[in-house]
Amino acid sequence: MNKIIRKEFLSENVFRMEIEAPRIAQSRKAGHFVIVRTGEGGERIPLTIADADTRAGTITLIVQKVGCSSAKLSKLNEGDYVQDVVGPLGNATHIEKAGTVLCAGGGVGVAPLFPIVQAFKRAGNRVVTVLAARTAGLLLYEKEMKEFSDDLILVTDDGSRGRKGLVTDGMEEVILRETVHQAVVIGPAVMMKYAAMLTRKYNIPTLASLNTIMVDGTGMCGACRCSVDGKTRFVCVDGPEFDAHQVDFDEMLRRMSAYREEEETAYRNYLIHEQ
Amino acid sequence: MNRYTQMNTTEYLKSERSHAWREELRKSVRAADRTKRERVAMPEQLPAIRAANHLEVNLGLGVEEAVGEAVRCLDCPDPTCISGCPVGVNIPKFIKYIEGRNFGEAARTLKETNALPAVCGRVCPQEVQCESQCFYTLKLKKTPVAIGNLERFAADYERTSGNLSIPAVAPSNGVKVAVVGSGPAGLAAAGDLAKLGYGVTVFEALHEIGGVLKYGIPEFRLPNVIVDVEIDNLRRMGVCFETNFIVGKTGAFDDLRAEGFKAFFIGSGAGLPNFMNIPGENCTGVFSSNEYLTRINLMGAGRQEYDTPVLSGKNVAVIGGGNTAMDSVRTAKRLGAHRAVIVYRRSMDEMPARREEIHHAQQEGVEFMCLHNPVAYLADEKGRVKQMQLQKMELGEPDASGRRRPVPIEGSEFPVDVDTVVVSVGVSPNPLISKAIPALKVSRWGTLTVDQETMQTSVPDIFAGGDIVRGGATVILAMGDGRKAAAGIHAYLQGR
Ligand SMILES: Cc1cc2nc3c(=O)[nH]c(=O)nc-3n(C[C@H](O)[C@H](O)[C@H](O)COP(=O)(O)OP(=O)(O)OC[C@H]3O[C@@H](n4cnc5c(N)ncnc54)[C@H](O)[C@@H]3O)c2cc1C
Ligand code: FES
Repeated sequence: MNKIIRKEFLSENVFRMEIEAPRIAQSRKAGHFVIVRTGEGGERIPLTIADADTRAGTITLIVQKVGCSSAKLSKLNEGDYVQDVVGPLGNATHIEKAGTVLCAGGGVGVAPLFPIVQAFKRAGNRVVTVLAARTAGLLLYEKEMKEFSDDLILVTDDGSRGRKGLVTDGMEEVILRETVHQAVVIGPAVMMKYAAMLTRKYNIPTLASLNTIMVDGTGMCGACRCSVDGKTRFVCVDGPEFDAHQVDFDEMLRRMSAYREEEETAYRNYLIHEQ
Repeated sequence: MNRYTQMNTTEYLKSERSHAWREELRKSVRAADRTKRERVAMPEQLPAIRAANHLEVNLGLGVEEAVGEAVRCLDCPDPTCISGCPVGVNIPKFIKYIEGRNFGEAARTLKETNALPAVCGRVCPQEVQCESQCFYTLKLKKTPVAIGNLERFAADYERTSGNLSIPAVAPSNGVKVAVVGSGPAGLAAAGDLAKLGYGVTVFEALHEIGGVLKYGIPEFRLPNVIVDVEIDNLRRMGVCFETNFIVGKTGAFDDLRAEGFKAFFIGSGAGLPNFMNIPGENCTGVFSSNEYLTRINLMGAGRQEYDTPVLSGKNVAVIGGGNTAMDSVRTAKRLGAHRAVIVYRRSMDEMPARREEIHHAQQEGVEFMCLHNPVAYLADEKGRVKQMQLQKMELGEPDASGRRRPVPIEGSEFPVDVDTVVVSVGVSPNPLISKAIPALKVSRWGTLTVDQETMQTSVPDIFAGGDIVRGGATVILAMGDGRKAAAGIHAYLQGR
């Protein structure tokens, strides 16, 4: 059981939670995630560690309400306990001095991107960050990102803030204006697919952080498997970051929608119950 | 630490056998009358009923049934059955206690060498262990004494009697030992270390204690409550459990050393599922048996109050012939599959699963396609598996394991419709631990290399046992390793 120390909504459907987990706070690095279970009958869901405070012994999670499990988590308040938190899982991002690093995040992908932006900046890189969202109200972490980015570009689908367009438009603008040595893309699978297509065109090494379905998160089940360079890899232990140009995003998209019907039914039932 | 190390085994068995109560019991029924009796059948739920529920299939022997079966045992002067038991349970002694209706002593006898008799009585492959070496099997060519069923009876009797004996625990010696993993290996090691007075903490990666006993073996074969009783016992003996703690990730070995842990036992199992790397294996609806069983057994998929879903179709194929495959296919039936098929590349005779499991699966309507192997899966437009391509096999020369090698018959491929596939072709050791400590010596297969006597690894304060050392093996071997390692750790810590 892990205590929720702070909680706030960043937008209507996205919330930020600081949870007591001193050991994880101590050992986590950029790129790591945890698996969280809300309540006795809860699912195990993977969530990236957006930040940690070793002195307070807390980790920060940014969660988007997308289904039953995230909605249940969103109901918990400061002082409540999360049933289970286990981690840090996955491999830490390989941080090096590459030169100019283009970091692109879409939707809640912005949260896991934050520690990576921080780490690349601290390693002495020029970091250019592109944040994308459907509309202004859904843009996350603008202030925090600004602090660690040499340049910050905002993109919204409807043009309500920053440029109007998609994340790839923002990325291409940067690529055309300066030499990019390394790219990192995190967001919904479709976004990563198109972002990877773009950077492949310009031959820029690119990391994508995959958010597949998981159960245990320790390599025990293979629910998280994906094809990278034609080989099956387990995202939880071999990833979560892979060479974006080698990832079979179409397969990943299909696998991620495996339980769409079940999830929608469960969420609908949950919402009916909540009313 | 069992009694055998203190005394020559044969002598010990002999002296036990010559106790007055044993002699008297032997004389009470003529041997010819004992061997005339037929083996008492295990009462079970009817196949049609049990295939629709998750309750235990075997109902357990009643008192009279158990005593009657115990009478069959001849209390041989040279009990060959014991040589078939990986941990050397004093089989005739516990069975004779049952015959004499001293069920508590029967259970205590089992516990001298077996930390988890209620579990082993249910899941050990007795037909290739003790029961294969029974006098009835070897000499009389008759069905052996139902040693496993009697083991289960004694353990269950003790548990339900409310007089569960808690082993004596030595006064605390103030030395902390960490156990990594809470499967049978870890639980057995924890129990013996606690008895010796060590302060034991068991670290478990998952949110539940029990390892494969909880997330793998289904409720209809091993109810969770049976495992929970053992865990409770350990708690009462002072063992601490920390769930959601992945040693090597949540905390490093060095962190734990700094916190005062003087030795480690690694019982982390062989958790990494193997796939066959054939086209279409990543379609949705294709699972590892670990995922399939974990979703259902650990996460409660298919039950109202649990959030985790599982895709379990009407037309399920399970690839493999081990216990895991049988558990998966029988689970599929229970989740409502109209057709549940085992696809196995060798023949029925080579199937590694327990005979009882195969038999039960057949009774429940599971189909068996032996000498077949999948070569590809095809998906529908949504990416869900809809067909598998099977190839026919024949048996060739024996391979390294002594089993005849399956050889594909070229051009024999044909399609079979399926909507769910469970791949159950073995597991490999999870590399998490060996990655965390590069100094640990590992074999070509990724198992940890240990000293056979002490179970010590190449790192002096780290001992290991169970599937992480053997690859996928059995509960009894894992448990035996855990106990051996506890003795090894004790000797190591005393010798420091
Ligand atoms: C479905 C199925 C059916 C089976 N049926 C039978 C049967 O009928 N009879 C039989 O004898 N055997 C059977 N087996 C095999 C038997 O279950 C195993 O051999 C036995 O459980 C191995 O025990 P173990 O203690 O070595 O490991 P496990 O039971 O695998 O336990 C290991 C535990 O360690 C935890 N762990 C791993 N890494 C870490 C870490 N770094 N930190 C903390 N914790 C960690 C894991 O989460 C797990 O809980 C079956 C196996 C399966 C999967
Ligand atoms: S989540 Fe189970 S193996 Fe990755």
